[in-house]
Amino acid sequence: MAECACNCGEDELTKQLDKIIDPYRGQPGGLIQVLTKSQELIGYLPKWVQVRIAEGLGVSLQEVYGVVTFYAFFSLIPRGRHKLSVCAGTACYVKGMKTLIKSLRDVIGVKPGQTTPDSRFTLEIVRCIGACGLAPAMIVDGKDVHGRIEPEQIPEILEQYA
Amino acid sequence: MKSLDELAKIRENRREALKIREGIPSATEKAHVMMCGGAGCISSKCTDVVDAMKESLSKNGIADQVQIILTGCMGPCDMGPVAIVYPDATFYRRLKPKDAEAIVEEHIMKGNMVQRLLYRSPGAKEPTPKVDDIDLFAKQKKIVLRNNFYIDPTSIEDYIANNGYAALGKALVEMKPEGIIEEVKKSGLRGRGGAGFSSGMKWGFTANAKGTPKYVVCNGDEGDPGAFMDRSVLEGDPHSVIEGMAICGRAIGAEQGYIYVRAEYPLAIERLDYAIKKAREYGLLGNDIFGAGFNFDIEIRIGAGAFVCGEETALLKSIEGKRGEPRPRPPFPANAGVWGKPTVLNNVETWANIPEIILKGADWYAAIGTEKSKGTKIFALAGRINNTGIVEVPMGTTLREIVFEIGGGIPRKKQFKAVQTGGPSGGCIPAEHLDTPIDYESLGEIGSMMGSGGMIVMDEDTCMVDIAKFFLDFVVDESCGKCSPCRIGTKRMYEIIDRISNGEGREGDIELLIELANTIESTALCGLGQTAPNPVLSTIRYFRNEYEEHIKDKKCACNVCEFKE
Ligand SMILES: Cc1cc2nc3c(=O)[nH]c(=O)nc-3n(C[C@H](O)[C@H](O)[C@H](O)COP(=O)(O)O)c2cc1C
Ligand code: SF4
Ligand code: FES
Ligand code: FES
Repeated sequence: MAECACNCGEDELTKQLDKIIDPYRGQPGGLIQVLTKSQELIGYLPKWVQVRIAEGLGVSLQEVYGVVTFYAFFSLIPRGRHKLSVCAGTACYVKGMKTLIKSLRDVIGVKPGQTTPDSRFTLEIVRCIGACGLAPAMIVDGKDVHGRIEPEQIPEILEQYA
Repeated sequence: MKSLDELAKIRENRREALKIREGIPSATEKAHVMMCGGAGCISSKCTDVVDAMKESLSKNGIADQVQIILTGCMGPCDMGPVAIVYPDATFYRRLKPKDAEAIVEEHIMKGNMVQRLLYRSPGAKEPTPKVDDIDLFAKQKKIVLRNNFYIDPTSIEDYIANNGYAALGKALVEMKPEGIIEEVKKSGLRGRGGAGFSSGMKWGFTANAKGTPKYVVCNGDEGDPGAFMDRSVLEGDPHSVIEGMAICGRAIGAEQGYIYVRAEYPLAIERLDYAIKKAREYGLLGNDIFGAGFNFDIEIRIGAGAFVCGEETALLKSIEGKRGEPRPRPPFPANAGVWGKPTVLNNVETWANIPEIILKGADWYAAIGTEKSKGTKIFALAGRINNTGIVEVPMGTTLREIVFEIGGGIPRKKQFKAVQTGGPSGGCIPAEHLDTPIDYESLGEIGSMMGSGGMIVMDEDTCMVDIAKFFLDFVVDESCGKCSPCRIGTKRMYEIIDRISNGEGREGDIELLIELANTIESTALCGLGQTAPNPVLSTIRYFRNEYEEHIKDKKCACNVCEFKE
């Protein structure tokens, strides 16, 4: 069973999960929406969540798992408190994204796809975050866009995310 | 909304309130500040500037006489944060929070423009204060981005003020469904998602297809990495897409629409969601719109990070909540789309063109552009170029005009090498073809494609083998794996190009790449595989010497590739 990020206890979490599922009960078409919101709530999609969603929407667990593994957005493993998504779109690639990844690796010590041992950061690669004009770019926690990043600025940027 | 009169009344009232944005000073308001809230300007911290400005307005006691509005991307992202101050239409750039006070106390309160924040064209001594006089914008023609400097994307009344929903009104009250389709056909509008199929024909097929209900779908997956045109439309003017879709609903007899947006665009989703709610509130979505007995509603579907879902058959699967794997066509979505029903699927930019075509007429639209490619196209300019951002130009504009006149050329006196269009399905275009006019056919002839509008500029320091490798890496990663030419073939191509870039390339590797490419092109199931070899083929076509240098001399002239010892 999973731990809840907000310390509200598992039952509370299940209740919140059910609230996400409710509007889509018996509607297999809502699967991706439910998964997206559930991952927002819990941070990843452990098996018990997938089982509950499968039952709620009336699809097989196999189908849920198939969808979760198809889309890059979904994760089966817990992630760090902060998600560092480095853009590897064409504009960023042409403007030094490789150097950016390397410098990030040097600072936090993990490769893309991995989480730091203290669970502070997960490093990942995404394709274009729409800040191509300010390449190379990175988005933190899906909302803070940092553009024109020079390797020297990395420690300062990371400091904001405890 | 029950009648055209009701809409006209809202329009007139709102226009009165927005006069200041047309340059007419107001008795009650001192200024409207349109602050760019696109992703570029957000990353250059425009919201801090807004906060500082609010603080300064309150300190000076004029907070209630100035509106600050966050807009969608205004275009020149590299100059961000940018803002336009009305009624003077003054364009400010590179704003810092500490500049807010000067704008408030000097410009807004005393009427003196803040000289140091104005735009200066390269080499010019005098600044260009007015947005309309700026050279960057002068060569552009805004149809899709018509509301760009004018409206608050969160205000449906702002949209209405600039003739919003008038086209829907016209379509419902004054036109017949067949007439709408005829008008779109006559306009010559072609799909902006890449393939360039006639939108009117597509609508016609769907209207005639057997089966009900029918559906209208907007493709907002924008998978091309290095492109953000659709995003800026969705964030800056969401109602234009909603209106376009509703018009199509009437034309083909559909009552339900879906907008598919990628999860990476949270602000676009939020803005759309809000716009849909507002449209319902105003009776512009829902039942009996304009009293014409027409019902239409729209739901948002969120994509979850799979490039292949931009492909239409995969996208339809994804809307149904399933794995987004493409299937062979035919049947085309016109006959078997969402839930197996007849469906029109168009790209965001295609949709945003529709209201203008209906309102101003097919003849007006068809007069813009070239013989076979009508209207305008938005491009996202990025890479090694001075002015990065979004531009909308008439079809037929040359690559040179975009790169060197609008884009300001290459920074640091470097040489231009190539411009990449069409993303992972397109190709790299060398200097010798810079005078090619932009239209679907011409770009195809020189080994690239229009694509969705990403335009990445490369200079003498960009290694073309490395770029080809980058795109192959992308497609290997994004291949859904359903068919083997794409799953295995692109992987083999990647291995070959990888060894070339490592200095382990062999005699005959180039020929091998071409052979594999041809096989994949002719046997892959969907567009992703069929076009995946293009970046490799076009770089071999124009920059074969770089491949040979890597293979024979074990040398990367640009010093990008790292060779094994
Ligand atoms: C691999 C692949 C990815 C695609 N990605 C997109 C996309 O992100 N956005 C888009 O509008 N069309 C995309 N398309 C094109 C769509 O399949 C479809 O042709 C288009 O959305 C139709 O709309 P249009 O006629 O208005 O262009 C993609 C096609 C392929 C083969
Ligand atoms: S061509 Fe590639 S992406 Fe398309 S169906 Fe085949 S494996 Fe999937
Ligand atoms: S390519 Fe990096 S933000 Fe678009
Ligand atoms: S994001 Fe502000 S100009 Fe593009």
